[in-house]
Amino acid sequence: MNYELVIGLETHVELNTNSKIFCSCGGHSSAKEPNDCVCPACSGMPGMLPVMNKRVVELAATAGLMLNCEINRYTTFDKKNYYYPDLPCAYQITQLNHPICVNGCVKVKTANGERDIRIKQIHMEEDAGKLVHGGNSSFVDFNRTSVPLIEIVTQPDFRSPEEVVTYLGKLKSMFKSTGISECEEGAMRCDVNISVREEGSDEFGVRTEIKNMSSFEAIDRAIRYESQRHIDALEFQTEELVQETRRFDDVSGKTFAMRNKETEADYRYFPDPNLMPIVIDDEWLEQIKANKPVALDEKAESYAAAGISDKEIAQLLSEHKIAQLLDDVVALGCNAKDAAAWILTDCAGILRKAGLKLKDLSITAEGLSYLIKMVSDGKLNRGAAKKVLIAVIEDGADPEKYCEEAGFTKQVDNSMIEVVIDKAIANNEQAVADYKAGKEKALMAIFGACMKELKGNGDPQVIRALLTEKLKG
Amino acid sequence: MKYYAEIINEKGTIAVDDTILTKDTLSTAGSHILEGYKPLFSAEAVERLEKNGYEIKGKTHVGEFSLDLVGEFSYYAEKDSDKLYGAAAQAIKDGDVKAALGVDMNGATRRAAALSDVAFLKPTYGTVSRYGIISCAASGEQVGVYGADVDTVAEIMTVIAGNDKKDGTSLPDKSYSYSTSDDVKGSKVCIIKNLLELSDDATKAKLSAFADTLKASGVTVEEIECDIFDKANTAWQILMCAETCNNVSRYDGVKYGHRSETYRNIDELYVNSRTEGFNFLTKATILYGSDVLSKNRYSDCYDKALRVRTIVADKMKKLFEKYDVVLTPVCSQCEYEKYDIKDAFTKVYKESVFTATPNLIGTPALVSCGVQLLGTHFAESKLLSLSKIVERKGEN
Repeated sequence: MNYELVIGLETHVELNTNSKIFCSCGGHSSAKEPNDCVCPACSGMPGMLPVMNKRVVELAATAGLMLNCEINRYTTFDKKNYYYPDLPCAYQITQLNHPICVNGCVKVKTANGERDIRIKQIHMEEDAGKLVHGGNSSFVDFNRTSVPLIEIVTQPDFRSPEEVVTYLGKLKSMFKSTGISECEEGAMRCDVNISVREEGSDEFGVRTEIKNMSSFEAIDRAIRYESQRHIDALEFQTEELVQETRRFDDVSGKTFAMRNKETEADYRYFPDPNLMPIVIDDEWLEQIKANKPVALDEKAESYAAAGISDKEIAQLLSEHKIAQLLDDVVALGCNAKDAAAWILTDCAGILRKAGLKLKDLSITAEGLSYLIKMVSDGKLNRGAAKKVLIAVIEDGADPEKYCEEAGFTKQVDNSMIEVVIDKAIANNEQAVADYKAGKEKALMAIFGACMKELKGNGDPQVIRALLTEKLKG
Repeated sequence: MKYYAEIINEKGTIAVDDTILTKDTLSTAGSHILEGYKPLFSAEAVERLEKNGYEIKGKTHVGEFSLDLVGEFSYYAEKDSDKLYGAAAQAIKDGDVKAALGVDMNGATRRAAALSDVAFLKPTYGTVSRYGIISCAASGEQVGVYGADVDTVAEIMTVIAGNDKKDGTSLPDKSYSYSTSDDVKGSKVCIIKNLLELSDDATKAKLSAFADTLKASGVTVEEIECDIFDKANTAWQILMCAETCNNVSRYDGVKYGHRSETYRNIDELYVNSRTEGFNFLTKATILYGSDVLSKNRYSDCYDKALRVRTIVADKMKKLFEKYDVVLTPVCSQCEYEKYDIKDAFTKVYKESVFTATPNLIGTPALVSCGVQLLGTHFAESKLLSLSKIVERKGEN
């Protein structure tokens, strides 16, 4: 008999915000020691009240827009009760009845064709802390407590592990490239719901849920193992399938049932009276839409249309900040292809020499566009521009100021250039004689002397033309 | 020392209930579970008083999480009398301080004020920040003010009220001003007859004397029947227990406060610490609250209570369109005797029929001269003004 896999996903994604969801503590990525990023609120002390971080609402809505969801204009928070030492209040603030986004859809393309994966809902919630076990004791680290998450819940629309992994990869690059999430190790976690049915059937089989996996590879293996277990149970009656929660063991590559106690809990949800319902009015929604980063596919297309190479596009899209810099520089009137080369060749080279990465680039869009325009207008040659870039990247100099101080912004007309050329010819008799004797290379010595005198000002092509003309004449 | 769990400054003139946090000073809500807990910050209301030059004398005893009648079930207070009284209210009556802050949650503050014959105002929900109070029933609790007279209450209220960004339920107005005015002529007041019938003769006499004085000042007083109060009470007890159950679940012996000495694993640490740390009344509240939130009871209990809240708010709004002030007793008796804690849950439930409605719908309530005045949102100054007429007559 042929079987069909039916899979639904719940994906937790950590949002990239400066502070936690209900207090002003920094995100845990800045923490060096356990409990570095902790305050009375996120450690569950009495007397503290949650105050909503507006940025979380905006990022969650933006994620929803990118996944083609409807944004609920009225969204509320609920408390979910359970005891665990890493949950300081013994409840988690999450969204049950009025999640921020509903009814989305995302296309997933694999070797077997393209499929629409429906998004049931996206809700906002706070993360829990972490337990560290050592010796006979356990320790609690609250750095991650109250870090904002979104949970993206799909309908049971996946039919293969390939589709699941492709979908997750798509979410990851979408969120990372747009700055919604850093998507670093462990910042994206998945619960996978699996059932198996006879091909062509409309009924769902018995469903099991594999909890809390973060590596794509593990998810792929877990789905393969678990679906085979289901098929074996149906085909050969190896065991009776029950609806339950399971955990994937990375070492053995098998899944194991978790204790019933953990799966049958009554979480006693109820609306959180400390957080007023959030109303997203037209104005706010328009603002969120206007600020929505362009989706990856669209962005890649527009870069390709501007003549940027595939390799460069991949580099740009891998770092949200860099793609944003390019977009800003282009918005300031620079040519996209040209600007991409400046960023990915010139700036990247300087960064590499300084032992830095592309994401460490600190030049402003204004600064970079100023330099690019100076060069394209022939007011600065590329060598001098590179010097400026080094000063900007290594010493944090301001490009415009640096150019002024170095004398790069002097207006140079042809008469000035001619004076300099005459001087260079007079000072380089040997080179002039060599050139006139047919040694083309000798020209470079005289040209170099001119350039040195002009301190990088003037269009090199013009200087060169005037120089050759003079020498011929 | 009999009123105080902790003295902060002998010269202080304001007392603060122990459900309200004061920086670096014991703040335990009268509960063993918070033994030794010293907060890192003071409540916003306390901060505002100190910024305005008021000095805090000390932390007054409260019953564990203010769930009892007037403060009789504190883990820390010594029992010195067979008659029950509230520590903050009695400290004011005895002239020890001029005013006190208390969290009005399930009527303990208002009953205490009535027994000690001082004033207490529970203001409109959202006017005073709840930042820094040991929260139980977030949707209806408010910091209120005890005072020897209504003008003192108005003075302190003006200092502590106003928007606080640290509290998401705080209303947007930056400040509020409270005052009394002699111009009460033409005000319309009603007495809730069916509530009056639930109280003893002495209480009835107090209320009718109060009404007579108002009438003499040109206020119209009518008696009406209104059956919304016991329904409001049931709804509030459901919400209050559920929210309290949830809010006290953070007291688990892991992070601070009391931890049992006998445990072999995390489950035993939770169970033993909480079994030892909470009194019988708190445990009853937790069980009741947990039950109304459970999957099979939620829609019949908790959700229904939320819907009743909307209906009560609507009915009271209509009542306040007809009358400026609603007059009711605060307690069924003029004094309470000691009793067994096993009876506390039902006893408090019954008594709260007088006090629950303002907590449920967020309206203000003033206790003064042993009676209770209810008004619509932001009607505090009206309540204070009417009381002042009676207060002044008592002085003469």
